[in-house]
Amino acid sequence: MRRFPLHLALAFWAVVTAFPLLWAVTSSFKSDSEILTSPWTLPAEPRWDNFSRAWSQASIGQYFLNSVIVVGGALVLTMLFGGLAAYALARYRFPGNRAVYYLFVTSQFFPTFLALVPLFFTVEQMGLLGTKLGLILVYATFATPFTVFFLHAFFRSLPSAVAEAAFIDGCTHWGVFFRVMLPMARPGLVSVAIFNFLGLWNQYLLPLVLNPDPEDYVLAQGLAALSTSQGYQSDWSGLFAGLTIAMLPVLLAYVCFQRYIQAGATAGAVK
Amino acid sequence: MSRAVLTPRVERTDPPAPPPVKPKRRRKLNRGYGFVIGALLPALVMHVVFVVSPYAQAFYLSLTDWNGVAGTANFVGLANFGRLAGDSLFLASIRNNLLLLLLMPAATIGIGLFLATMIQRGSRTGRGGVRGARFYRIVFFFPQLLSVAIVAVLWGFAYNPNNGLINGVLRAVGLGGLARSWLAEPGLALFAVMAVMIWSGVGFYLVLFSAAIDGVPKEIYEAALIDGANGWTTFWRITLPLLRDNVQVAFVYLGMAALDAFALVQIMTVGPGGPDGSTEVMGLSLYRTAFEYGKFGYASAMGVALFFGTLVFALIALRGSGGKDRTELA
Repeated sequence: MRRFPLHLALAFWAVVTAFPLLWAVTSSFKSDSEILTSPWTLPAEPRWDNFSRAWSQASIGQYFLNSVIVVGGALVLTMLFGGLAAYALARYRFPGNRAVYYLFVTSQFFPTFLALVPLFFTVEQMGLLGTKLGLILVYATFATPFTVFFLHAFFRSLPSAVAEAAFIDGCTHWGVFFRVMLPMARPGLVSVAIFNFLGLWNQYLLPLVLNPDPEDYVLAQGLAALSTSQGYQSDWSGLFAGLTIAMLPVLLAYVCFQRYIQAGATAGAVK
Repeated sequence: MSRAVLTPRVERTDPPAPPPVKPKRRRKLNRGYGFVIGALLPALVMHVVFVVSPYAQAFYLSLTDWNGVAGTANFVGLANFGRLAGDSLFLASIRNNLLLLLLMPAATIGIGLFLATMIQRGSRTGRGGVRGARFYRIVFFFPQLLSVAIVAVLWGFAYNPNNGLINGVLRAVGLGGLARSWLAEPGLALFAVMAVMIWSGVGFYLVLFSAAIDGVPKEIYEAALIDGANGWTTFWRITLPLLRDNVQVAFVYLGMAALDAFALVQIMTVGPGGPDGSTEVMGLSLYRTAFEYGKFGYASAMGVALFFGTLVFALIALRGSGGKDRTELA
């Protein structure tokens, strides 16, 4: 029983964390009047139509698809270009190596807000404002510094014997990268890909500024717009259903792949 | 460029100082140079176009009165910064960001460390954790996976005075007198936002601290136990000093989040920016000045102010990280 207060503290925080999430999921099955009159009781009967209404009428389905396209595209670009840059910086000596490395790495510590105004006009002048391509390029660029930082350390820690053997066998530099080093770096790639996925999937500020057309909204942006728009305030159950659609896939995927995701998500802060 | 030392990086265990490069090897080295350029170029071009150049332009724009029309930016020196010093809403935003900076990281780290210690102390062996440790770590981590925008929408609902979760729970347990309009009262709104930041941040740092504690050799804790150290002493004399680096990293990240807070405030609070600017933050001022009022020069000055604020904070937070009184694992 000595451990009782300790369990109490842990259980308390578990409730504080999980209860609002459970409450939102429960509310998404209620009718509007149930939400308004009894905010924290169970629904009398589950209202699945809330979800179909949110998915189609409130465009959550469209937003979800937009998010998948933009984040997927950006993730591929970041991993490819960031991985290449990290590898070249980690394993080749050339003049300016350190300068390029620091050019990438230090930008992580600049507030995004500082770049916001010129970034908006840069994207606009390139004719990419409100396009998926524009958002993909900017997402990928903003995720690259951390990717370089993390994979740089990872590539340096890999042994060079295999690469040297490949060189002796006549493999090209590109071949060594794609066929030897990338497969060897897989654990690091998985961690950084998970980290980037979470970061990009959860982006709010960049799409808010660079993606003004409601049809193109990404999920977080679209849901936030719905919740603050006056016209939609009356459809509480639909909003809760939208919120649940936005939360649940990520949480379920997390419970299944918990080990990898915690390692990936905390990758930045662990040495 | 002349000293073309372009060999793939060689491990230290290899024979030292290779003899002058033979002609046959030289051919391969040049190919390596091409590879380096090809590998760096895409990332570097994108980085310069979308990151380096915007940051550089922001500093210049902050010295102009640009309003978005091409070719009409007049150089006004430091006038924008002079105006900032007299802009009461921006000063309120600085005050609010500083209040967040003062309280939020400390509270988040405090709760995170406390819970991480609880998880560790509950186990019989002093390692691996209390029964159910895995479950706790999974649940505590949930908010970290949600977009800050999603978190804001969720808590916007939860704080709703009529049908929200918080007032609903208060009324259900007979504390209806404490029910408030959380986001509409000037004295409460910023703390309501801060509570959400703490709620969503604790899990991540708990997992981080928990992993660090697991990395401490258990002999150290056993020795402390034999020496008769109680829980508090063990925490202050062993856990905290050994986790110093982790706490510092956490402090820097959380501090940068406290100087941001844009998404929560913009989505959750009325206005946005709260009643009487009580939740106004620098990022929100900047966003509104630029994209609603079109005063891009003035907004850039706000960005520069935010940058220097972040820089000063980071320097203070990282100061002395190389000090000689650091505790290291032997």
